[in-house]
Amino acid sequence: MTDLLSISDLERGDIERLLDLTDHFAEVSARPIPKVPALRGKTVVSLFYEDSTRTRLSFETAAKRLSADTMNFSVSTSSVKKGESLRDTAQTIEAMGIDCVVVRHKSSGVPWQLTRWVDAAVVNAGDGWHEHPTQALLDCYTIRQQRGSLDGMHIAIVGDVKHSRVARSDIWAFTKLGATVTVVAPPTLLPPAIGTYPVRVSHDIDSVLPTVDAVYLLRMQRERMTEALLPSLREYTATYGLTRERARLLPDDALVMHPGPINRGVEVDPDVADEVRSVIIDQVRNGVSVRMAVLFLLLGSGSELLPPEVAVPEAV
Amino acid sequence: MAERERRLTRPFGGVFVARTQVMDADDLRRATWRMAHEIIEANGGVDEVVLIGLQTGGVPLAERLQEALLEIEGVDVPVGKLDVAFHRDDIGLRPVLPEAVTDVPFHLDGAVVVLVDDVLFTGRTIRAALDAITSFGRPRAIQLAVMVDRGHRELPIRPDYVGKNLPTRKDEAVDVHDDGVDLGEVVK
Repeated sequence: MTDLLSISDLERGDIERLLDLTDHFAEVSARPIPKVPALRGKTVVSLFYEDSTRTRLSFETAAKRLSADTMNFSVSTSSVKKGESLRDTAQTIEAMGIDCVVVRHKSSGVPWQLTRWVDAAVVNAGDGWHEHPTQALLDCYTIRQQRGSLDGMHIAIVGDVKHSRVARSDIWAFTKLGATVTVVAPPTLLPPAIGTYPVRVSHDIDSVLPTVDAVYLLRMQRERMTEALLPSLREYTATYGLTRERARLLPDDALVMHPGPINRGVEVDPDVADEVRSVIIDQVRNGVSVRMAVLFLLLGSGSELLPPEVAVPEAV
Repeated sequence: MAERERRLTRPFGGVFVARTQVMDADDLRRATWRMAHEIIEANGGVDEVVLIGLQTGGVPLAERLQEALLEIEGVDVPVGKLDVAFHRDDIGLRPVLPEAVTDVPFHLDGAVVVLVDDVLFTGRTIRAALDAITSFGRPRAIQLAVMVDRGHRELPIRPDYVGKNLPTRKDEAVDVHDDGVDLGEVVK
């Protein structure tokens, strides 16, 4: 593995090995001094063309705990304002000598495009409506931590699936690890090609909730709602939100998950978000460990550290 | 080095072929007991002592030392496991095994840490372990117990407790397992 662009092009074995490796970094994060010299001398740059708090901080924390140097690039204070193209920006940064680019962009496919322009490892931190692979990995890790395995689980993904790269990555990751996924959303918030995804579709959340092992609530992406897809947010909450009454339909041990940032009172009731079975904070914590595993795999002599089942060894 | 670890280390897929047995199971047991006695003697008891086995070969050895210390002194010494992969200077030459996670569930501040490994060779693993230990606190002292010291040090490191000093050639391999210690070669 030289780049992490999407979940859909990973095999189940790749995902599982990455999650196995994450245990090591969760342990590092729990140390009194949570820092190891594994990526000393490597430079990771985050290239964020879209706003982000947790993903950027999470990647930065992950890189720093591995002793990598980090550079931040934010569009508002850079030459992008002067009209510099993505390609020129990328090549300029690369000329400074970097090992990894963590990129977020509003257009799908930008991370893939970058891999053709730069030699550094590219990690997709969210591209348009396409994928957000590290989010899916941390979601899987969180579920595994709670349940041991995703095999045979039933997971409902509720909300704005159409505009959600998290949903797409999660659908691939959950199903590859053996779970059944039901997407629950109004027809206007489902991608037209939902039939090509390995999921069941429902428009009735009340009938789905009693059958799930985990419910994954997507954020209502107001900034992407340019078309009139919903009559109102209040109506969405009434029909699809995880209200307190609706949360009672869930089996007692069902997990409540959310990628953040939460619109409290829209997709999930504030009290439900803070409930015991909500693992939303675990997701954030695990995000750092998972991203450490990703950076370590890509930069820490990378594939040589994977068992030969993945990396075919050369004779030395 | 445990078998799985060897398979994942260069040359990948190498197989250990034993030439001579240098210790049998009884020798291992006696050496472990002697080392346990030495640890007790050197530290005037084991009240402050904690054992940390290095993944993967040092872990079973640390557990056997713990049993011996319990029988001799009646003290149940805490045992931790340490994987030094992230602290190595030759990172990438050894695999990071998913199952060999670090587990140090106690405080090291003020403790006497006895690092335990199966074979002491170049000393690089121990250097990495010394580095790793500092991220868990500040022990009063760190000591080193190894079953086999095979020489060829590349760093100024020496063991405090040794099961057996075994002169070797650099291209030989030493295998410590439950039933004894073998000297041989890794062949592809």
